[in-house]
Amino acid sequence: MLPTPARSGLSLLVGVKRCVDYAVKIRIRPDGKGVDTNVKNSMNPFDEIAVEEAVRLREKHKGDVSRIAAVSIGPAKAADVLRTALAMGADDAIHVEIPADTVIEPLGVSKILAAITKAEMEKGPDDEAWAWTMGKQAIDDDASQTGQMLAAHLDWPQATFASKLEFKGGFKKGEKVEVTREIDGGLATMETTLPFVLTTDLRLNEPRYASLPNIMKAKKKPLKKVTLKDLGLENEISPRLETLEVKEPPKRQGGIKVENVDELIAKLKESGRI
Amino acid sequence: MLALLRTPLLAAPRAATRRFSASARASDVLLFVEHKAGAVNAASLSALTAARKLGAGDVHALVGGKEADIQGVADAVAKFDGVSKVLHASGEALGSSLAEAFAPLLKQVASSGSYTHVVAGHTAFGRDVVPRAAALLDASQISDITAVHDADTFERPIYAGNAIAKVKSADKLKVLTVRGTAFDKAATEGGSASAEKVDFAEPSISTRLVSEQISKSSRPELATAARVVSGGRALKSAEGFEKYIEPLADALNAAVGASRAAVDAGYAANNLQVGQTGVVVAPELYLAVGISGAIQHLAGMKEAKTIVSINKDPECPMAEIADFALVANLEDAVPELLEKLKSA
Repeated sequence: MLPTPARSGLSLLVGVKRCVDYAVKIRIRPDGKGVDTNVKNSMNPFDEIAVEEAVRLREKHKGDVSRIAAVSIGPAKAADVLRTALAMGADDAIHVEIPADTVIEPLGVSKILAAITKAEMEKGPDDEAWAWTMGKQAIDDDASQTGQMLAAHLDWPQATFASKLEFKGGFKKGEKVEVTREIDGGLATMETTLPFVLTTDLRLNEPRYASLPNIMKAKKKPLKKVTLKDLGLENEISPRLETLEVKEPPKRQGGIKVENVDELIAKLKESGRI
Repeated sequence: MLALLRTPLLAAPRAATRRFSASARASDVLLFVEHKAGAVNAASLSALTAARKLGAGDVHALVGGKEADIQGVADAVAKFDGVSKVLHASGEALGSSLAEAFAPLLKQVASSGSYTHVVAGHTAFGRDVVPRAAALLDASQISDITAVHDADTFERPIYAGNAIAKVKSADKLKVLTVRGTAFDKAATEGGSASAEKVDFAEPSISTRLVSEQISKSSRPELATAARVVSGGRALKSAEGFEKYIEPLADALNAAVGASRAAVDAGYAANNLQVGQTGVVVAPELYLAVGISGAIQHLAGMKEAKTIVSINKDPECPMAEIADFALVANLEDAVPELLEKLKSA
């Protein structure tokens, strides 16, 4: 284990989820209760952006970012995405390991992340600045809830769907942060204060690839395993939702190729669309 | 035993006492209304339609905003067909649409009556506020529902719309966000709801809105437009977008959309992105110009009634799902189409 120096500056926690890779064409399981996840998995693309943003903050502000810790909840294989985060530049990782068939909804995830936050905060000074970054949604359940729920549990401000982040003040509790958010119809710029929860939109940054030497180095970085029991949450996060069925979306009727613009206009007129 | 008795005992006098009773009955639905510059967001009208499918109870609408706006919006919502009561609250942070102010308001009102459901549009605002409120209410939210089976059972798309999950909730209070394009918009006339001011002590919050940069457009709003003309990477430049996509959109009275590739390359503004992570549309006509049709893009438009693809690649996924696929170079086909639409 690395020695833990007395920290000053910002501690960043980054939420990462292991999902079916975005390029995989998913298949419904034969039992109709879910999707076959025994395919290529990788880090949720929005979470990659969250890790990248944390690492860039440190590159820009050097010693003012004292720690970047990646956090994931999932079965043993979730450690893969934590190693990816470490290879991208996170310092250490926390893996909340759960059995492979356990379902945890965003509400449960947010409770676990809140418990981890509190446990980690206890180890540092009271005036330490904290922030969470995580993706705005996971591309498997498409829920877009966890960051907001976590902010609620911690009673921290939230900056969702961020496309730009700027630390205007210092790196202490209460210092100001400016965030530009993607909203319907345009952008909103807001000012908030540390500690806070940020969820990342696509245009915040372009995540880096982990280099081979960094992948090797990441194997030596600390990865701590935690159980729900350690957090005192084993009875607190049972699912409220039951998935009765997962089915294919209705298939579109196979269309027709039109030969030229005249035929296209004729078809559109025929179908009443123009 | 008491619980068993309660329902039949109260069932009879319900109609008579309703008017005088301020408290909600055990099957009422709270609709969280979104508005801007005095106008209610169309997604809230779709959410109202979903709300009316949930149970036998009343629909109460909650409106929060700045003092100067709130009366006008509350009056408009009171006329919505199917709303029986409008609850309105005003405050400074509520004028800036900040989640830290709206979530406690939603929590306060949702837990004050005996509501069974909270319903809101799955818009950027709804996605920001509602999960925060759901956590405060200890409810496991169901996002972006596309169908209501009964009061507990809903459908929602997962994996970028490549699968539909049917989900049953065991929560006492169900918190739902609604996909606007999946439900018809409720009528904005015909109702006559009562109005009630909510005493809401705004929490002291450390967040403030600095500025908003809203894209001005005379075209229809993307999310609700009857026709959408979208451009992709094949437009090659912002000038290409201006030259080919915009005149075609104007000729069809359509909204302009874009693929992620076009947005990332800077050809079009972020808020025009159609797809899993952008806007979800379901227009009568979706005209995809130079868009190959990645999974993430199709997630945002495959519910369109009629899809047209103009692409030089006959094998691209968009051409495969399009009702009418024209295999052509857009630089030739779009000007010709524009010319012939104008002379038609």
